[in-house]
Amino acid sequence: MKLFSVEKPGLYTTYQDLGRIGFMKFGVPTSGALDRFALEVGNILVGNERGATGLEVTMQGPELIARETFVMAVTGGDLSPMINGKRIPLWKSVLVKKGQVLEFGKPRQGVRAYITISGGFEAKEYMGSTSVYEPAGLGRRLQARDELFGNPKQPKTGTGLFYTEIPEYDRDIEVRVVKGPHHEQISDSVVEAFFSSTHEVSPQSNRMGYRLSSELETNHDGDVISDAVPIGGIQLPGNGQPIILLADRQTTGGYTRIGTVIGPDLPLIAQLPPGGTIRFKEVSVEEAQEAAIQLERKLRIWSRMT
Amino acid sequence: MSITFHPLGEAAVKVSFHQAVSPSLNNIIKAFCTNISLKDRGIIEWVPAYDSVTVYYDPWIFTYQQMTELLNEIALKTEQKPSNSKTIVTIPTLYGGEYGPDLEELAETKKLKTEDVISIHTDADYLVNMIGFLPGFPYLSGLDEKISMARLEEPRQAVPAGSVGIAGSQTGIYPLESPGGWNLIGRTPLRLYDLENENPFLLEQGDYLQFKSITKEEFEQIKREIDEGTYKLERKEETK
Repeated sequence: MKLFSVEKPGLYTTYQDLGRIGFMKFGVPTSGALDRFALEVGNILVGNERGATGLEVTMQGPELIARETFVMAVTGGDLSPMINGKRIPLWKSVLVKKGQVLEFGKPRQGVRAYITISGGFEAKEYMGSTSVYEPAGLGRRLQARDELFGNPKQPKTGTGLFYTEIPEYDRDIEVRVVKGPHHEQISDSVVEAFFSSTHEVSPQSNRMGYRLSSELETNHDGDVISDAVPIGGIQLPGNGQPIILLADRQTTGGYTRIGTVIGPDLPLIAQLPPGGTIRFKEVSVEEAQEAAIQLERKLRIWSRMT
Repeated sequence: MSITFHPLGEAAVKVSFHQAVSPSLNNIIKAFCTNISLKDRGIIEWVPAYDSVTVYYDPWIFTYQQMTELLNEIALKTEQKPSNSKTIVTIPTLYGGEYGPDLEELAETKKLKTEDVISIHTDADYLVNMIGFLPGFPYLSGLDEKISMARLEEPRQAVPAGSVGIAGSQTGIYPLESPGGWNLIGRTPLRLYDLENENPFLLEQGDYLQFKSITKEEFEQIKREIDEGTYKLERKEETK
C-alpha cells in the first residue's frame, strides 16, 4: 500500500539495505547503508529483519506525507526529524498517522539519518538488493512526487534503544585500522606520520569515499598491480592525500593502500561532516574480529528482544 | 604454489600468488576461485585480480587464522588441476569514424594505416585478467605494443557504452557510459553490462576476447537482434 508521498526529496535520499552481495567479481560495488548500525537498529525497533530496506537521508532531509497510519523510526545522525512540525525522538519507534508530515530541520549531529518503517519499504530489487547505486542504473534517488510503498504490520511504538547504546557522532573521531596490504611499499616514516596525524575530511566526500585533506610527504609512486578494494580500505596515492573507500567505491583499484578501517567503526566515518577530523589507531586482525563479534552479538540479542 | 595472506580489516583476506602476471597464473586463480565457490558457509564472496584473490568472509564463522588455513587447503588442491581449454568470445566492432574518433590520430602517431591498426587489433586474443572499475569492465592483456598509446590528455566527459579503446598497453571496452581518457578506436554493439538480462554480465575472469571488424550495416543488424533478444553471442571453446 501507499505509505508516503514525496513532497520534497531532500539533498540525496536513497533506498538502502545491507548491500548487494556476490557481484563484486563483476565490478558491482556492494553499496548499502553507510551507517549500517543505524539501519539495523532502526529495523529492529520497528520489528523488521535487520537488513530490511530503509531510506538513507543525507544532510538535508526530505518532506514526506503519510498516506496511512503506521509505525516508523528515525535513527543515525540527528537531522532534526519532525512530525507536523514537532520534534520526534531518534532511536525510538513512533506512530505516524495518515495525513501527517514527516520532515527534517537543521543537521545537529552527524550527516546521515535512516527512516525505517514496519515491514520495510517495497523497493525494486536488483541482483538481490534494493540499495540504490545510480552509476549502474540500480535504482535512483528520491524525487518529488514519488510514491513510497510498503506493507506495515502493527508493532508497538515506544521501543527505544537504551540511551547508553546510542552512538555519539563526534566531529573528531578515532577509528581502528588493520594495516596493509601495501604498507611495505610505503616508507616507515610515512606510515608513522599517517598514524600520528589528525586528518581533516575534505568537502569532496560522498558515498564512494571520504577524501582527507592532509598531505603526507610520500616518496612511493602510489601504483600497485590492481586488486580488490574492500569497504574501509584507505588508499594513499603518490600525492599523499588519503581516501577512505566506502560502500559505493569501485570494486578494484590500483593505488597503494595503507590499511583498512574496521567495519564496526565505519558508521563514525559515515556521520562525519566536511571539516570533521579523524585519527587512525592500528589494531591487530584479532582485535578487529573481536570488535565485530561483540557488535554482532549485541545486534542479535536486540533482534530477539523486539 | 607459494601464497601469502594479508588481512583487509576483520572480514576480508587478500591471497597473493607471488608469480608474474601471466595466462597460466590467471588459470590458477580461476581454478582457485572455483574451489572456493564449493564452500558455502561463511565465505561471502571473492574477487579475482591479476595476481591475487580477495576473499570476503564472515568473522562470526571464521577467525582469520581458520580462514587462512582453509584457503591454504584449497590452494593445495588447486595446483593439481590445470585447465587446458579456453573460452573465446567474439566482439564484433565497428572501427573508426564517429564510433572510433581517435583511430586516425593513433594510426598517424604510430605511422600505420588505419587498416593496419584494425588488423593488428583484431589479430590478437585478449585475456580477461579481472573485472572491476565499472560493472562488467574487463581488464584485458595481450595488446600488441605496435598500437599502444598513452591516454588522452583531456579525458572525455562521456564515453558511450560499447566504446573500444586503448590506454597505454591496455585495450578495453566501456560497459556503460562514463567519463574516460582512453583513445577510442571503435564501438561494439554488444552490451557488456545489461540489466535486462538475467545474467547482466557478458564476460568473466579467464575469458579470451577476439575483436572482429564489422560494417555499419552489421552493427545496426546486431544491435537490432540484441534488442529483440535474438542475437547469438559467438562463444567457443578451444583446446590450448
